[in-house]
Amino acid sequence: MLEIKNLKVNYGAITALQGISLEVKQGDIVTLIGANGAGKTTTLRAISGLLKLQSGEVLYQGRNIANMPAHQIVKLGMSHVPEGRMVFANLTVLENLQMGAYLRKDKKGIQQEMDYVFSVFPRLKERQKQVAGTLSGGEQQMLAIGRALMSKPKFLMLDEPSLGIAPLLVKTIFEKIVEINKQQGISILLVEQNANLALEISRYGYVLETGRIILQDQSAALRQNPQVKSAYLGGG
Amino acid sequence: MTEFLQQLINGLSLGAIYALIALGYTMVYGVLRFINFAHSDVFMVGAFAGYYISKRIPRESLGGGLLVLAGAMLICAILGIVIERLAYRPLRSRSKLNVLITAIGVSLLLENAGQFFFGANPKVFPALFPVKTFTFGNGLVMSSNQMAVFIVAIILLVSLQFIVRKTKIGTAMRAVSFNPTAASLVGINNDVVISFTFGLGSALAAAGGILYALNYPSIDPLMGILPGLKAFVAAVLGGIGNIPGAALGGLLLGIIETFVNGSRFSTYTDAIAFAILILILLFRPAGLLGKLQVEKV
Repeated sequence: MLEIKNLKVNYGAITALQGISLEVKQGDIVTLIGANGAGKTTTLRAISGLLKLQSGEVLYQGRNIANMPAHQIVKLGMSHVPEGRMVFANLTVLENLQMGAYLRKDKKGIQQEMDYVFSVFPRLKERQKQVAGTLSGGEQQMLAIGRALMSKPKFLMLDEPSLGIAPLLVKTIFEKIVEINKQQGISILLVEQNANLALEISRYGYVLETGRIILQDQSAALRQNPQVKSAYLGGG
Repeated sequence: MTEFLQQLINGLSLGAIYALIALGYTMVYGVLRFINFAHSDVFMVGAFAGYYISKRIPRESLGGGLLVLAGAMLICAILGIVIERLAYRPLRSRSKLNVLITAIGVSLLLENAGQFFFGANPKVFPALFPVKTFTFGNGLVMSSNQMAVFIVAIILLVSLQFIVRKTKIGTAMRAVSFNPTAASLVGINNDVVISFTFGLGSALAAAGGILYALNYPSIDPLMGILPGLKAFVAAVLGGIGNIPGAALGGLLLGIIETFVNGSRFSTYTDAIAFAILILILLFRPAGLLGKLQVEKV
């Protein structure tokens, strides 16, 4: 599905990613964990076309999409739920979802997607007329995911979906992520600081540290890895 | 009472023109966060476009007048899109100050090109619509040109509100205005939306130019400077970036100006009008309908 090879990104003189490679297979949930500032968000932004790459390849369904503008990448079936959710706070819930389907013309299909999003997140249906800025953090995260689903993606990237959300809602949202992956067969690349949760729902994981991948393995194995345990899982 | 109403009508008709121009400033600010100082000259080009089109079609007919209006709006829409494409887009990633200075440059370019092509001497703008004066029972007078201003301004304001609130491209405009990054992540091409915004704003300025010229029928290449400045102030007064605010600010400014003009302080019209605006902004720095935005980090 997605394969990135030797990805390098600079912010001016600072190297953010020093050549990372990773792969997400069709139908998979893969997670990228690491501390603050390790380059997780940068990786996603580079893949979805928000950042210019220094070098490296982003192969999406066999095609190199490196340095393609973000709005064109969406057309290929890739959707990115950015860090901090970035819902359109000045638009209603319904308008946010409609914008998610911006590139689609098939009214029927859009309605089906809308129904699906409402079935996954019934809260959004109740609040569809409400302005998104008035939603709680958890509801905004649901909306951000729902909006990303409206383009009917084949590949979904989620950046810190647990950030700043009530613990009870975090659990719900992670269950929904698994549900979306199973029901729609959408491949998922998940970036998380909450390594415990991320490794629980993913099949494979990568550990990022200061712009480098230092470890990669089956998620189940990573959870037992002493290095990961002490650094990211809060155990010794 | 009659005099009060009369002044109110005059003020509203002047204010409606300011409102049409102010919308362009505010919409461009909404999507790009900078003031397009060349906007006042697009207004001027609109008046001249109307002047030249009107030479080729029958005068003082409703259809002809509408044709002039539509033609000038189309020409200015294209002009606005071209200005953005050539002058502002290459500087998009640079500091806002660079774009601002470029906008002033484009403004001077248009003014001087106007003097070169149209001539520096004022021209007499023809009466596009059949001219009539209506006198109401209590002595209230309204010219057909003032009516044209009201009718055209209301239709354009309602259409604009419809486009921005109900259509897909309008919703995309609001989305880009709130967060361009998030907009590109749902597949919105920001460039297209920005071009559309420039086109729309410039078309409204052209309509403003025609209506202004109908009521003050002497046009010259520098005619845009003062109305443009006032419309800019109107946009700030209403809350820059806020569309209904620009309309409100325009109307308010027109009314204030007209009332001061009708008083014994008429020599100081502009000074007093602007002093009132400064006072309002002292108490509502974000403008009448604007919300103070916390800079996001």
